[in-house]
Amino acid sequence: MIRVALPYHLRRMADVGSEVKVEIAGPATQRSVLDALEERYPMLRGTMRDHQTQNRRPYLRFFACEQDLSHESPDALLPEAVIAGHEPFVIVGAVAGG
Amino acid sequence: MSAVRVFVGTRKGAFVLTSDENREKWDVQGPQFGGLEIFHIKSSPADPDRVYLSQCSDWFGQQIQRSDDGGKTWETVGNEFAYEGDVGTHQWYDGTPHPWEFKRVWHLEPSLSDPDTVYAGVEDAALFRSTDGGKTWSEISGLRHHGTGSQWQPGAGGLCLHTIILDPKDDKRIFIAISAAGAFRTDDGGESWKPINQGLRSEFIPDPTAEVGHCVHRIAMHPAHPNVLFMQKHWDIMRSDDAGDSWREVSGNLPSDFGFPIAVHTHEPETIYVVPIKSDSEHYPPEGKLRVYRSRTGGNDWEALTDGLPQADCYVNVLRDAMAVDSCDPCGVYFGTTGGQVYASADAGDHWTPIVRDLPAVLSVEVQLVS
Repeated sequence: MIRVALPYHLRRMADVGSEVKVEIAGPATQRSVLDALEERYPMLRGTMRDHQTQNRRPYLRFFACEQDLSHESPDALLPEAVIAGHEPFVIVGAVAGG
Repeated sequence: MSAVRVFVGTRKGAFVLTSDENREKWDVQGPQFGGLEIFHIKSSPADPDRVYLSQCSDWFGQQIQRSDDGGKTWETVGNEFAYEGDVGTHQWYDGTPHPWEFKRVWHLEPSLSDPDTVYAGVEDAALFRSTDGGKTWSEISGLRHHGTGSQWQPGAGGLCLHTIILDPKDDKRIFIAISAAGAFRTDDGGESWKPINQGLRSEFIPDPTAEVGHCVHRIAMHPAHPNVLFMQKHWDIMRSDDAGDSWREVSGNLPSDFGFPIAVHTHEPETIYVVPIKSDSEHYPPEGKLRVYRSRTGGNDWEALTDGLPQADCYVNVLRDAMAVDSCDPCGVYFGTTGGQVYASADAGDHWTPIVRDLPAVLSVEVQLVS
């Protein structure tokens, strides 16, 4: 079970709390976590990744275990602590004024 | 007694303003989707409680929301806008070819007869249609591929398709407008399109009378006279009496013919409204006086409507989708400003009052009469 921490607007869109849990059948990667998240919360499709390219939206970041994983391969395994459920996979919106 | 609903899209959320037909006391509900840009909200003429909303965010992209209870509650529907076939290119700011990239939905136009059919005008400029209540979207690709699409070039506001007008007397005819490409029309339900820009003159393009490249800001039509179109262009107020085949200028005695919205009186097809803005570089009213101008002669002769509007130190703008008319009698006129005011007139513009004064910057205003 992977813990995923969502930013405010995505929590509101999905009508969930600050953290959700998703079950991953195979290897736990950015791609499989986001796939599972979109499967469970279809209203989040297109909000984290571009529909066509599947690229991360530019103003979002993926953090875990005090590391920025945003530029890792989407198919790289997540840190052990995330896979074990000790640490969340954190989706963060870029800070900005206005 | 019927109710009047005004849907207001702002930079930071959606608001629904409700009154009875007297339009004196207003209930303000919102913000809904607080913190997110709401480009446009529009109800279905075929089902007044069916409402579509375009929500977008630089962070989280595009969402389409649908309401079946007049805007009280919303359901997230489809947000995948995939260009059909070979995506192709338009011109970039430096003149190089640039692939079409979806950015946002500027305008939603529900079908006149079917609540589940709705059109979306998007940036980069294209027209999409949903026939399942917004769940899925398909591009009407004949517009981009009719022949001039590769020449289109964005203005500073982006290459946006912002105006969609459905002809109430001919369900195969649709008018659209794009900044900064111009106006286009289909007569066969979207299969084929042609530019309808003859008579427009734009000094900011190399050939001022080119077939495309004109920065059309808004087009308006009275449903009883679908061959008569009124246009607010980047500069100039224009009129066509032949469904856009030719245009003539009707700016007349306006203090400035730059501006964004244009609207037609519900019961008087020759009565039109504009909000003059000082210039393309100074997006605020001339002399700091917020004036709606009304022509009762279909253009050329304009009168300033000022009663209730600030006549000193006013430096707001009124965006292209931020003016609407209701179907009450007398006709109500509404507009929202970048300063967050929504003004209403219950007597066709003679007197104005602010419904609200301190919303976020207003992007769009639509109104409906609900029995």
